This record gives sequence, structure tokens and C-alpha cells, in this order.
Amino acid sequence: MIKYIIKRFLMMLLTLWIITTLTFILMMSIPGSPFNDVSDKTSNEAVQANLESHFNLDKPMIVQYYYYLESIVTLDFGPSIKKPNDTVNDLLGRGFPISFELGIISIIVAIISGIILGVFAALKHNGIIDYLAMSIAVLGISIPNFVLATFLIQQLAVNLELLPVATWKSPSHMILPTIALATGPMAIIARLTRSSMLEVLTQDYIKMARAKGLAPYKIIIKHALKNALMPVVTILGTLLAGILTGTFVIEKIFAIPGMGQYFVESISQRDYPVIMGTTVFYSAFLIIMLFLVDIAYGVLDPRIKLHKEKGD
Amino acid sequence: MLLIQSLGGDRLKKILEVQNLHVSFSTYGGEVKAVRGVTFDLFEGETLAIVGESGCGKSVTANSIMQLIPKPAGKISEGNIIFKDIDITNANEKQMRNIRGVDISMIFQDPMTALNPTLSIGHQLMEGLKQHQNISNKKAKEKAIEMLNLVGIPNPEERLEQYPHQLSGGMRQRIVIAIALICEPDLLIADEPTTALDVTIQAQILELFGKIQKETNVAIILITHDFGVVANIADRIAVMYAGKIIESGMKEEIFYHPKHPYTLGLLHSIPRLDQKDDELIPIDGTPPDLFSPPVGCPFTARCPHAIVACEKMYPLRHESSLSHYVDCWLYDERVKNMKQTN
Repeated sequence: MIKYIIKRFLMMLLTLWIITTLTFILMMSIPGSPFNDVSDKTSNEAVQANLESHFNLDKPMIVQYYYYLESIVTLDFGPSIKKPNDTVNDLLGRGFPISFELGIISIIVAIISGIILGVFAALKHNGIIDYLAMSIAVLGISIPNFVLATFLIQQLAVNLELLPVATWKSPSHMILPTIALATGPMAIIARLTRSSMLEVLTQDYIKMARAKGLAPYKIIIKHALKNALMPVVTILGTLLAGILTGTFVIEKIFAIPGMGQYFVESISQRDYPVIMGTTVFYSAFLIIMLFLVDIAYGVLDPRIKLHKEKGD
Repeated sequence: MLLIQSLGGDRLKKILEVQNLHVSFSTYGGEVKAVRGVTFDLFEGETLAIVGESGCGKSVTANSIMQLIPKPAGKISEGNIIFKDIDITNANEKQMRNIRGVDISMIFQDPMTALNPTLSIGHQLMEGLKQHQNISNKKAKEKAIEMLNLVGIPNPEERLEQYPHQLSGGMRQRIVIAIALICEPDLLIADEPTTALDVTIQAQILELFGKIQKETNVAIILITHDFGVVANIADRIAVMYAGKIIESGMKEEIFYHPKHPYTLGLLHSIPRLDQKDDELIPIDGTPPDLFSPPVGCPFTARCPHAIVACEKMYPLRHESSLSHYVDCWLYDERVKNMKQTN
């Protein structure tokens, strides 16, 4: 197991290196620089040259790439070009806990409600609960989260005044962004759980579990759900990526001071250190999550071996 | 059966009585009458084989006893199932849960799919025990090891930690049998327990059934289409065709004095090694459509000896001994007299 983890860790480093290199190439191939903002009339050529040399932008590409890798390895991305008072690490330190909170709450809500909805739909196959759950699921998949977000704000916050409109201060502030972000993944999980449950429920081992006289909840949870969750775990990786990108939009709509705003702004402003920092951070986060998903596979299904045993 | 009672005296207890059982399934195409008036009984320690081709209703009969037919599509429309003097025909799910696994157990056809791939052997063995008995983990484990020993699995303690995919087909079927027997049921229903196994493994499993019956005195209903299996372990045989038992008798009576043309046909279609140049004779035709089963004998269309009466009316039962009966017009006295006069 330890051997497998070490192997995976090295693979993760390699993936990270490829992502960062690609980001560097893309970043450099975008025309323009952080300092040629037309609205910024104070800058003249001499000032620009000074600034460029300060941020090493006048150096050859390969040297810049070296500095870039160095900053990744040391995890010190230096100060932001556009926000001179903050280092990139400051921005991440401030934004990440909030984004993480939003993301993790949403994914947990999505998983739990999706599985419950899917299981009930499967158990009441072709019944009212099934149709209701699947209608919710279809709506959840087809309505984009930014539409849902504005709709929720309009109805629940503005018209009914039940919940706060925006920002991220108390648990009641978290409800609307979480619903907006979790509905899509929840719908996907619910549909997948339902179809996978329906298939599992016709299996012989379910009949055998019934023939043992087991209580229904034991049959559903121990025998059916454990098998039915495999496809759900498979798409969890993709869903995590979706939630991650979803946070950019949701954070913007609800004025949540998370990481998303820095990420989006940094690209339009060519704020190279911030682009670097956020990309590396997001990719590392996603890679680690995918690794955890793989581990979860092995836990759920003993047939999947993560590492080769002796004699296999 | 009267004969068995007279032979065994009062010691033999009747544990199961199925009376005039009708089971039907509603489908988009209409109502399928899968079982149409099946009657049989079973005594403790006895093995009854229900033999018939695919779709004759033998598995449905077995599943009905356990009330494991898919509901609401399938339902017992008529008849009674009496287990140990209690009518369980209309027992609800909760009552059935206390019977399943405890009093009546079931073994399924394919051991490759009957075990849950994500749960350990030990878990699957012990969960039934824990469900029905207030038993400590230690005791449950002891019992599980005892069962694995009974069904002939080496290193039982290691096996408990393993998963189904780590075992061979024969081993898995032994595990399935151990699971079925762990609560010491009075009745074991084996639905084609050897069909999915290699021939050599089949023989081992059949041997195991004999051994288990000797040790636990469990009554067995064996569902099969294989007369070879029947010859090995059955005491009595019921031959099913199109949802009805058309002939029933002791094993010797069926093998040596088969009455029904269908039974004869089945016996002729068994490959034999002891006779040279013995061609296999198939039964021509297919079983009738059970959406609208024929009023007369369902075998009429395929029967080489069919007479006009066969098509018009279901045969009256002909009892050739206390334990042997056949539903066929050919054995009716009036038909016999007619033939002689012709």
C-alpha cells in the first residue's frame, strides 16, 4: 500500500509539472503584459521597462520558466503585480478557506441528497416518488447554476426576504450559494444512483439476501447501496472539478470573497504570479481529490486492488 | 404420501403441504399462468425432486413457497402453502422474514452471482445468524467455521476474511449451501444447484447434499431439469409440465415404470454410456403458451399417443400405486377398454 502511495505521489508530481508547464506556455502566448493597460495613462516606457525588470519579465523565456518553477517548488509566488500590498500566498490564504468551505459543503450536500433521492426513486420504481425525484433531477441537470442562483436570490432573498441576498458571513448566508452550487451535481448523482440501484436490485445476491430473511434496510444499505455506489464514485472526480469551476461563478454572483475572483481577475489582468499560484493550487487540490477517489474505490469494492500482492 | 407414512410410521412429520397452488404474472402481453394447480407434500428428511424443462413453472413454485416471486407482477391467485401446520400463503413480509433463512432456506442456481462481491464470506455467512438469533460475534464466528467445515471448505478461518472473487465456483456453491444451512432450517429449497457447475464439481456438490441430509435431517426440494442429478439424491420425483405436476412417484417408480409420455420422452433424451448406438430421441415441439393454456392435457400437441379426449379435457388422475400417480388419459380404464375393442 505504501509503495502504491509513493508511486501515485510521484505520478501526481509529474501531472502537476505538466499542468504548470502548459499553464506557463499558455500564459506567455497570450498577447499583452500586465503593464500595457491603455487606461493607465501614468505609465511611460521607462516606467514599464523598470517594472518589467522588477518582475523579471524582460529576461529570456527560459530564465522566466526557471524562476517560475523555482517559485512553485518553494511555494513562494511572490507579490501580486496588480495588488502590490498582497503576496499571492496572502490571497490564497484569505480566499481558499472560504472557497473550500463553499465547495465542501456543496459536495457533501450533493452526495447525500443525491444518493437519498436516487435510492428512494429506485425503491419506488415507476411510483410517484420516482417521477418526482427524476423531475427534480432533470431540472437540476438542465438549469445552469448561475440561472438557479439568480432565481433563488430573486425569490427567496428579495421577494420573500427569507435569506440574505449575498456575502458569506453566517450559516444562513451559506444556504443559497450551496443550493445553487449543489443542485447540478446532486441531480447527476441521483440519476446515476437510481439506475445503478435498479440494476443491482435485480441481482441474485439481493434475492439471496432476502432469502436469508434480512431486514429491508440491511438489504438496501449493505447489499444494494454498496454495489450501486461504484459508478457514483467514478464520476465523483469529474463532479469535484465541476464544483471547483462552479465556485468561480457562484462566488461572483453572491459576492463571496473566495479564491475564484482572484483566479478570474488574474487572467484578464495578466497578473502572472496570481495565475501561477491559483493554477498550481487548484490543480494540486484536484489531483489530491482524485487520488482520494481512487482510494475510496478500493475500500468499496474488494475486487479492485490498488497494488499488486505477492503471488498475484 | 400414504406410502411413506405407512413405511415410516409416526416418526415422519409432514413439514410442507402445497395445495392446488396457482401463480400468475401480469405482463404487458397479458396474464401468464405459470403455475396451474400444483399439489405436493414433503416429509422431514426427505428429498423431493421437481423435474421439468425451462419455463414449466418449477422455479416459480419454489419461489412462491418463500414468497420471493416479484411483486406486484406475480401473485398466488389460488391455493395454500402450509408449512409445519401453519398456512403461510398470505403471510406478510415481516412474518416471512422470520421464516426465510430460519425455517426455509434457499440455494440459487449460479454461485457466481448469488454472493455479494463487496462483502466478505464471513459477513455473508454470519449476517443471517445475527439477524435471527441473539448471538455474540464470537459465537457467530464459531458457528460459521463449523458450517464451513460441514460443507468441506479447508482453512475456514482464513476463508471468512476472503471475498467471493477469491474462490472457485464449486467453493462458492459450498459457501452458498453453508449460508443456507447456518440457521438450521427444516426445509432447503435448491433451485438448480448444480446447473452452473462443472460435471466433476456437480458430483461433489450432490454428494455434499447427501451428507448434509444425513447429518441435519433437513428436507430438500430439488428443482432441476437434469435426471442425472435426480437419480443421485432424490427420494421422490414430481415431473412438471406447463405449470402442472403431470406425474409423481418414488424415484424407482419414475425411472423404471414411467407412465406419462412426457416422462418417457424426458428419460429417452438422457445420454447413456452403457448402451451402444443408442440414439437420443428429442421431444418434438415446444411447450404451450401459458398466456392461454390449453383446456386439455398441455402435452397433447407433442404427444405421440394423443387421442381426441386429450385435447378436450384435462385427464383424470390415475393412481398406479400409493405413491405413484399420473395425469394421462391413456391409463383410464375406459380408454383401455376402447383400445381393446378396436
